[in-house]
Amino acid sequence: MREFNIVGKHVPRNDARAKATGTAIYTDDIKLPGMLHGRILRSPLPHARILRIDTSKAAALPGVRCVITGEDTPKIKYGNWRLFPDTQDEYPLAIDKVRFIGDEVAAVAAVDLDTAEEALSLIEVEYEELPAVFDVESAIAQGAPVLHDYCPSNISVNRKIQYGDLEKAFAEADYVREDTFTVHAVSHAYLEPCSSVAQADLDGRITLWTSTQTPYITQCLLASTMNMRENDIRVIKPFVGGGFGGKMELRTWEFCAAFMAKKTGRPVKFTLSREEEFLAGRRRHPMKLTSKVGFKKDGTLTGKDLRIHLDGGAYNAMGPTATFLCGNFGAMLYRYPSYRFFGEHVYTNKPPASAMRGFGAPQSIFATETQMNIAAEELGIDPIELRLKNAQVSGDKIPDVATISTCGFKESLEKVAEMCNWKEKRAQYKTGGGKGIGIGCYSFISGGVFNWFNTQYPFSAAEVRAFDDGTVHLLTMAADIGQGCDTVVKQILAEELGLKMEDIRITSADTSMTPQADLGAWGSRLTLMNGNAVIDAARKIKEQIFGMVSVRFNLNVIHEMECKDGKVFPKGRPQRSMTFGEAVAMAQKANRGEPLVARGYYTPRDKGMVTPAFSFGAQVAEVEVDKETGIVQVKKFWTAHDCGTVINPKAVEGQLEGAIQMGLGYTLSEQFIMDGGKTLNTTFLDYKMPNAMDMPPSETAHIDTYEPEGPMGAKEAGEGLAIPTAPAIAAAVHHATGYRCKDLPITPEKILNATKSL
Amino acid sequence: MKHVITLNVNGDPYTVSVDPSQTLNEVLREELNLTGVKLGCGSGDCGACTVLMDGRAVSSCLTLAVEAEGKDILTVEGLAPSGEKLHVIQEEFIDKGAIQCGFCTAGMEMSALHLLNKNPSPTETEIREALSGNLCRCTGYAKIVEAISSAAQRMNDASERNQ
Repeated sequence: MREFNIVGKHVPRNDARAKATGTAIYTDDIKLPGMLHGRILRSPLPHARILRIDTSKAAALPGVRCVITGEDTPKIKYGNWRLFPDTQDEYPLAIDKVRFIGDEVAAVAAVDLDTAEEALSLIEVEYEELPAVFDVESAIAQGAPVLHDYCPSNISVNRKIQYGDLEKAFAEADYVREDTFTVHAVSHAYLEPCSSVAQADLDGRITLWTSTQTPYITQCLLASTMNMRENDIRVIKPFVGGGFGGKMELRTWEFCAAFMAKKTGRPVKFTLSREEEFLAGRRRHPMKLTSKVGFKKDGTLTGKDLRIHLDGGAYNAMGPTATFLCGNFGAMLYRYPSYRFFGEHVYTNKPPASAMRGFGAPQSIFATETQMNIAAEELGIDPIELRLKNAQVSGDKIPDVATISTCGFKESLEKVAEMCNWKEKRAQYKTGGGKGIGIGCYSFISGGVFNWFNTQYPFSAAEVRAFDDGTVHLLTMAADIGQGCDTVVKQILAEELGLKMEDIRITSADTSMTPQADLGAWGSRLTLMNGNAVIDAARKIKEQIFGMVSVRFNLNVIHEMECKDGKVFPKGRPQRSMTFGEAVAMAQKANRGEPLVARGYYTPRDKGMVTPAFSFGAQVAEVEVDKETGIVQVKKFWTAHDCGTVINPKAVEGQLEGAIQMGLGYTLSEQFIMDGGKTLNTTFLDYKMPNAMDMPPSETAHIDTYEPEGPMGAKEAGEGLAIPTAPAIAAAVHHATGYRCKDLPITPEKILNATKSL
Repeated sequence: MKHVITLNVNGDPYTVSVDPSQTLNEVLREELNLTGVKLGCGSGDCGACTVLMDGRAVSSCLTLAVEAEGKDILTVEGLAPSGEKLHVIQEEFIDKGAIQCGFCTAGMEMSALHLLNKNPSPTETEIREALSGNLCRCTGYAKIVEAISSAAQRMNDASERNQ
């Protein structure tokens, strides 16, 4: 284990002061001279042909500067899976058809918001309503209405995985069970509604400030839909008020802001209302999962057969990735000698589901973990013992799915059992007695080794500029959306160069300034991928200044050099040191004054197949269920997790605590109430996410591992932690009531129905 | 018909002309450029827009600008008037890691100030109650509660020292 000076220490966030004082500028805070305000007209119908749109009255309203419909645009489809153009199924504004309530039909830009709003009501749209489908079964039934002409089956993407002899596995098993699970949609519910401001330069190029997790992807897709060149678009990410997967695609308002700024010559801003966010915003995929598993009498797994339908809503969005990842996560955590996965992504006339924290894993692993808990009960084996018997370990290889380099799963299981007094409480609380304790586990990726975006650039890049005053400037496209990656990569750089945090200035996420490229903040990729790129750049800087120290002190070439405490010196002769700044000045002089700049890169190549490194962990929930009302109260959570080296302890703790809030909401209180494709609960009053009073206490332990592929041993933290909470609570509720939840969320009604108290 | 109103914001008097339907949030953000005040929902449910009006925490998105006539308004920008020395609540939010995306932060701090002005030594439950109108999606509230508890302690210590 390495000793660190800055990594692993309590370092306040880079942006904390700006956020605490209200000086941090988010997109909606930007105001430019002459700026117009945009609003979007949305479809009131779930599925309809557009027969006619008349915008003349809206355009004639005083104060309105621009009205556009799909007909005015270049009519170019987009989608994040650029490598497979067939999957790019979305237009910025509807062409010919609308496919969900909230689908974007037209846009207005006016001198103020009220005028823009009034103009929307003056746009006349004549629709021919078409039959619509709101669930997977109806969408794949014979003769179902077709959403997209290119896809008559409504199944847009499928994925298969198969290894081992599944028939043999089930034949040899002593115990085989099959269960079907359903999981529901929830909202990212980031506090900052989506917002974009665009300005056209004098030469027609575009600058877009936008609340995005993926500046580079937005740049590329905006360019293609505008029919412009990539570098004629500059995307700047101001401070972003949370994303959780909901801000990682090109979105209509980004296109409209840019397109209308170009058309009018004036800056244009779009900011969504919370109602729009709930009504039409992206969400977590609802799914139906059928899982068949086989065990030997002693609890050894023999195989698993997993079939999944994803209810994708009206467009692919990030659904193909979720389909892909569901299959991978189905094979994680335990050693399945044989495994088969078949997943299908299905179109329905609802707002598109997309990426959301965990990205297919919370759904897939809810099935895995609930089934493990059921099997443990039926086999008469303690649920943690059953898990320990089958747990994946470091070095495990899963054909076509994963190579696991470091794995602290068994240690997590043992630790969490100890923290919560598992054995005593399991024995003490009788099933159905109102109190219960249950476990759920997780594994997650540290960024993906897949390139559906088809970028020719490295997956992550960083530029370090070193100055003779002892400071450095770090430029990176990594997108800090609140998770704290700006601080984390600064810590990594400070550690590598032996500097202090205050010696480093950072510029991030401006596509015209920061090095191409970075695929963005998703799939828990930034700490590992951008961290590695930063280290690569720092090492290139060091190589150059080390030479200066060698020459200055006429050192034997065998000396190993080091950067520490602002100095550069040979490890064996620390007294022969120069300051970092002196070494930089000398390197510049030796190179005819050329600034000392280095670029670093990271692209994983087939390492571990889907990801360079997996995180692991286990969580226990203790609950009390009121037998009269069916209300579940979580008394406490215990979590043990393996995220490799902890770079910023408070950031990791904060990720865990936030993940519990999201997991708790997913399990007990959050859901979209839908009627005929319409989302009925469009306020925070009706969409119940946990508040400060709802949060139970929580205790955490980090399992020490050092991930060789990660920067300074680090891997994923925070996204995976959104996974275990639902199965843990569901298991605890079963212990407390006898009710086994196979269809999230767990509601008082379901509990009372199952326990026959209603 | 516009109304001309005078209000005192962060110690400075302002006279603005507003529509009857205009909210205090719009006036603060659009007219006075106090963009530290956020707008998260527009329906008084999330608390990101919280400001103090005559010492009371209110949702600026639900407060009509005309209601603020003659009132003292304190926003996050007024918490540390010198711009250098921060308010204890701000310092504790920073130190305890209570800030992630930061969009709820200003509202959280204003609700915290309102609480500590009324109740200088709140219990954990009282802090959680006081924050129940402020939503956060990043932190799970744990570090926010910790920061406010620690700020209370420091403010009490300071006032004891001053006595």
